[in-house]
Amino acid sequence: MLSKSQAKLFFLGGTVFFLIIFLALTVDTLVNGVPKHTHSDQITDQVKLGRRLWDANNCMGCHTIMGEGAYYAPDLTKVYERRGPKYIKTVLNFPGGWQLHGRRMVQYNFTEQEKDGIVAFFKWVGNVDLNGFPPKPSLQSEQK
Amino acid sequence: MKFKSQKVAYYFFALSMILLLLQLTYGFIMAFAHMGFDGLHSIIPFNAATATHKNLLVVWLISGFMGAAYFIIPDESDNELYSVPLALIQFWSFAIVGVIAVAGFHMGWFEGRKFLEIPRPLDYLVAINVILFLANIVMTIYKGKRHTTTAMVLTAGLIFVAVLYLPGMVWFDNHTVDSFFRWWVVHLWVEGVWELVMGGILAYLLIKLTGVDREVIEKWLYVIVGLTFLSGILGTGHHYYYTGVPKYWLIIGGIFSSLEPLAFLGMTLFAVTMYKKGNKKHPNKLAIYWTLNSAIVSFLGAGLLGLAHTLPGVNLYTHGTLVTAMHGHLAFWGAYASIVLAVMSYAMPLLTGRKIYDNSIGHLAFWLANVGILGMTAAFAAAGVAQVYLQRIAGMDFMVVQNELHPHFFVLILAATVLSVGVILYVVNFYKFGLPNDEAIVKEEEFKALQTN
Ligand code: HEM
Ligand code: HEM
Ligand SMILES: [Fe+2]
Repeated sequence: MLSKSQAKLFFLGGTVFFLIIFLALTVDTLVNGVPKHTHSDQITDQVKLGRRLWDANNCMGCHTIMGEGAYYAPDLTKVYERRGPKYIKTVLNFPGGWQLHGRRMVQYNFTEQEKDGIVAFFKWVGNVDLNGFPPKPSLQSEQK
Repeated sequence: MKFKSQKVAYYFFALSMILLLLQLTYGFIMAFAHMGFDGLHSIIPFNAATATHKNLLVVWLISGFMGAAYFIIPDESDNELYSVPLALIQFWSFAIVGVIAVAGFHMGWFEGRKFLEIPRPLDYLVAINVILFLANIVMTIYKGKRHTTTAMVLTAGLIFVAVLYLPGMVWFDNHTVDSFFRWWVVHLWVEGVWELVMGGILAYLLIKLTGVDREVIEKWLYVIVGLTFLSGILGTGHHYYYTGVPKYWLIIGGIFSSLEPLAFLGMTLFAVTMYKKGNKKHPNKLAIYWTLNSAIVSFLGAGLLGLAHTLPGVNLYTHGTLVTAMHGHLAFWGAYASIVLAVMSYAMPLLTGRKIYDNSIGHLAFWLANVGILGMTAAFAAAGVAQVYLQRIAGMDFMVVQNELHPHFFVLILAATVLSVGVILYVVNFYKFGLPNDEAIVKEEEFKALQTN
């Protein structure tokens, strides 16, 4: 039967082995994968401003982006494509908070420049290659 | 208890209880908002409530882990805690940082990164606090008369928890990279190093409660935490699928995260086998119930319900829906909430000298809480499957679908009420123990006569 020292060896050996593979993959992902998949050369100062605002206001506390966040409000990965810049900017500062289907959003007081930043961030996110997410609704495409 | 200094554990346990009650309150706020009752919106918008719910969860669990360490490490090392004043300073600073963080969320001060919403300046305070804690624990072991595997696994787990907090404290301009390292914290915590903490506490409780030989228990502990890292490290890939990284993560994440349930299955078999092997004479039935509960429900919530949506082909459709929330609730409940409630149930009689082992309030608390959380899991599951079908497969608008889900949230609120009554009863029992006192100190190992080894 397995002895305690063998069990310890299994733990230490396995951990170190898989950790090394993980770190190697991380380097490959960050160096070769991410710049291409995310078009990192397109991360302008405007995009950065948008991301800072996204972060500082915890938009992810209601919405998801790339499918990550909370489940109270729609996923915004493709919002630029879906709604366009004008619509997005209207929603942000809408008096009393934007409310289309019952749920209310927070009313913000962004400057024009900040609103442009947020739009630029959405435009950038929308272009990231997400390996097929969000999926195309299969029933809808059959009907068409 | 054997040592006077173990009493500091009580502070952390009490803080845990208060924060747990608060966490549930914010859960109700969110569940009502999902049903369309967002009357608190102007004071506590959803994003403040969700940050509070998730962070209170993390903080009460970590407070429980710290209390567990302050109780277990002196016992395992056969020595007083290195410094009680240091532990008290650490406790109060921990509580104060927590209060500032929660108050901040309500004033719109956060970092919008799920589970890591605590703003950067407070992160540094958290880091200092954790260093104080770890220093105290490590010095206790260093000065101790005995070095056990259980203490080592628990401490190693706590050290890794601290180290892994750091990648979450770096700013990246690229959102994909930010997300990549956020998962180093969130995933490698709950599906990695927290399992070491859980395994360490579980092993300690099994040694104490079943009387099975320490060597046998600790051998299997190594196997389980070995399985954890073997699968869990590369399993991180299941969060990378759709975040702007190369496709190979779909294969690697899919394969290795599918192996993750093995570690949880290991916990279940481990605990159930040791319990059967043991002499079943330990009087603290409530501690035994919660211990077994943790080992079993973690497999259901983390193992099975995790497996249900971890393959890339399924996850493409369920990613970021209420299916995820279903899994999140039962996984956290089974693995971490239950183990903290187990160690408290074990430690409180020894800290206070009051023998609340087997009372009806305690049993009622156990059953109501578990039935409640299972009901919530079912409600989230029904809502989640409906959402995936209507939104991701039939292509209906997000908000139109959400308005169809109100009945499921009604059921969720009913089940959450059952859970909350259970938790309140647990807290009533906790309160009835009173404060820890020195009269509870005994020289001999507790219940030594009952042990078979
Ligand atoms: C009164 C009981 C509770 C209620 C009503 C409740 C309700 C909720 C709701 C509505 C959400 C938000 C989902 C969203 O993003 O829209 C949520 C999130 C969450 N809750 Fe609870 N909850 C309760 C108790 C708990 C407990 C006991 C735990 C842990 C053991 C827990 C862990 C979580 C986690 C981890 C999340 C984030 C899930 C995710 O985003 O995938 N909750 N809860
Ligand atoms: C005790 C251990 C575990 C806990 C506490 C836990 C908790 C959670 C939470 C809170 C989330 C939501 C994260 C977020 O979106 O920010 C999540 C996501 C996920 N978990 Fe777990 N989990 C555990 C174990 C597992 C295991 C063992 C598996 C696989 C077999 C698994 C598979 C997944 C998957 C695939 C997701 C992503 C869902 C999505 O795409 O939205 N989890 N988990
Ligand atoms: Fe994970």
